[in-house]
Amino acid sequence: MTVWQIIILASIAVLALKLVGYLVPPSIVERPTPARVANLLTVALLSALIVVQTLGAGQGVVLDARVPAIIVAAGLFALRVPFIVVVAAAAATAALIRFIW
Amino acid sequence: MSDAIRASFAVGLAVAAYGISFGALSVASGLDVWQTCVLSLLMFSGGSQFALVGVLASGGVAAGGAAIASAALLGTRNGLYALRVAPFIGGPWPKKVLAAHWTIDETTAVSTAQPTLEGQRAGFWWTGVIIYVGWNLTTLAGALIGDLLGDVSQYGLDAAAAAAFLGLLWPRLKQLQPVVVAIGAAVVAAVLTPALPAGIPVLVAAAVAVIVGLANWFGTKESDRFEAEPDPMGEK
Repeated sequence: MTVWQIIILASIAVLALKLVGYLVPPSIVERPTPARVANLLTVALLSALIVVQTLGAGQGVVLDARVPAIIVAAGLFALRVPFIVVVAAAAATAALIRFIW
Repeated sequence: MSDAIRASFAVGLAVAAYGISFGALSVASGLDVWQTCVLSLLMFSGGSQFALVGVLASGGVAAGGAAIASAALLGTRNGLYALRVAPFIGGPWPKKVLAAHWTIDETTAVSTAQPTLEGQRAGFWWTGVIIYVGWNLTTLAGALIGDLLGDVSQYGLDAAAAAAFLGLLWPRLKQLQPVVVAIGAAVVAAVLTPALPAGIPVLVAAAVAVIVGLANWFGTKESDRFEAEPDPMGEK
């Protein structure tokens, strides 16, 4: 697959999932269990992506400057600092640590 | 009506701004500026887009299948949002397809919070147009910045990607059940990353959500309410 094919296929999949909600009668899907699973699916995927982004190095795991950066980010999110500021602070933390080392 | 539009601007402008981080991270992940912009135009779903470029960053095009699956799985909640907004979004099919394209966390949250039908429609379409225009412009800006920066790890952009995911996750951790799922999925991903090809550990971690969700372990009555997150920055 090329990057373009991946972009097009994934975009079609995401739009199709949105369209399903307009086609299916609400009574069929709007039950507690599917709603709960969909909510938790989002949580699980985001959490797994955080781990892979923080520790992953190709097919392996390393502890490096990204770990303190994500800890800083967690602290700032807990203090309700805006998203864009936290993301910049995390990048700055990692960059600073790499610069000092 | 004006309340709905005011809410649209408040949420829309705040959220549109984080297209900058997406644009920069996407370029850092190996997509070019064009691919990054087309992704924001066609997919228009922040979580799915971050997931797609995140998996491509770790596994390259070889992880394409896993990248598509991750983006789609993160997009499943949009289908449930569509169920919520479909009753007040009428009209011919082209309009419905556009509405579907714009059915995301923020449009759902703003529109369903309005007390009147008129307000719900205004909230949906205003939030949609503000975020669509803003998200795509800021994606372009972020992509151009990322392109100029060059070597990304020097600037800590790889850490920024993890922080961005954390920002999307943070507002969803208000009850025990999602916290348990988040921890379980994190452990699964960490253990499997050295063992499986890039992208696959994230998909396996999704099984934690399915198992806990179906069994409803650690559930409360509150966890059955399906809430759209209006604002991933927790500013409201």
